[in-house]
Amino acid sequence: MADRPVPVVEKRLMDVKLGELGTWMGGRDFTPNGLLSSVRRGYERYYNKYINVKKGGIGGLAMLLAGYITLSYVWEYNHIKHDRWRKYH
Amino acid sequence: MTMNLFNQFLSPTFLGLPLIAIALMAPCLLYPSPAPWWQSNRWMTLQNWFIGSFIKQILSPINTKGHSWALLLATLMVFLITLNTLGLLPYTFTPTTQLSLNMAFAVPLWLATVIMGFRNSPTHALGHLLPEGTPTPLVPILIIIESISLLIRPLALGVRLTANLTAGHLLIQLVSSAAFSLLLSQTTAASLAVGLLLLLTILEIAVAMIQAYVFVLLLSLYLQENV
Repeated sequence: MADRPVPVVEKRLMDVKLGELGTWMGGRDFTPNGLLSSVRRGYERYYNKYINVKKGGIGGLAMLLAGYITLSYVWEYNHIKHDRWRKYH
Repeated sequence: MTMNLFNQFLSPTFLGLPLIAIALMAPCLLYPSPAPWWQSNRWMTLQNWFIGSFIKQILSPINTKGHSWALLLATLMVFLITLNTLGLLPYTFTPTTQLSLNMAFAVPLWLATVIMGFRNSPTHALGHLLPEGTPTPLVPILIIIESISLLIRPLALGVRLTANLTAGHLLIQLVSSAAFSLLLSQTTAASLAVGLLLLLTILEIAVAMIQAYVFVLLLSLYLQENV
């Protein structure tokens, strides 16, 4: 069974072959509106999968908080790397 | 180590961009929005219950005209509680430790209640400056004292929130660095410090929520006497 031919730009990232990656990146919408809409879509995908379910558990929220902690660590790294107990290790 | 104690309160920047904006937007991402169908998810139900019971309790002493402040007070409460509790996670930044932010909350809202009071019933608002039943010789002094206490309210609101959160964060950092440095040499003292740290963390969680509540409660009180 052959798949119906779909233009490269409209495929999802996981379906794009490695050779087509350049074409795919070139065709994506990188305007501010496009970026915002992609963030919005990603957020809604996460929300509908983990939070907007009838019996959602703590996992959905916990993943968000874990991501926030790692992001904060990455942002603070330049400050934190000076907190050392010894000057030379 | 002493010079690093206040580094946690520096407004964070990354590649020159201020991160406080992102830290301030973090609460928005954590709250579910209502769905168009009848039964929403568990988180939405929890959020509805919390906001509903909070608003019912805080608006009960205020007359009907002041109920238009419900949205503002609910938003403020949710925002402050989220900012405070998110700041207790490791490596995160708490925007409410910055005095500028808390004053930016306190001064406009307090000023709004005062201006509303003076516009709606100026004599009633001015009458608040003199408690009933004061002996006549004390009246001038008492008016001055009451006006000073009125003018100091926004300062108190802002500084209370800042000081409570900053002190809590500092204590946690101090006790944890003490526990860490004592861990190998004096283990008993270190275990005591760890116990203290556990208690402190529980206290900080409570303080985070209570301080947000107190802020909003006092604001509603100022509203109540002016609306």
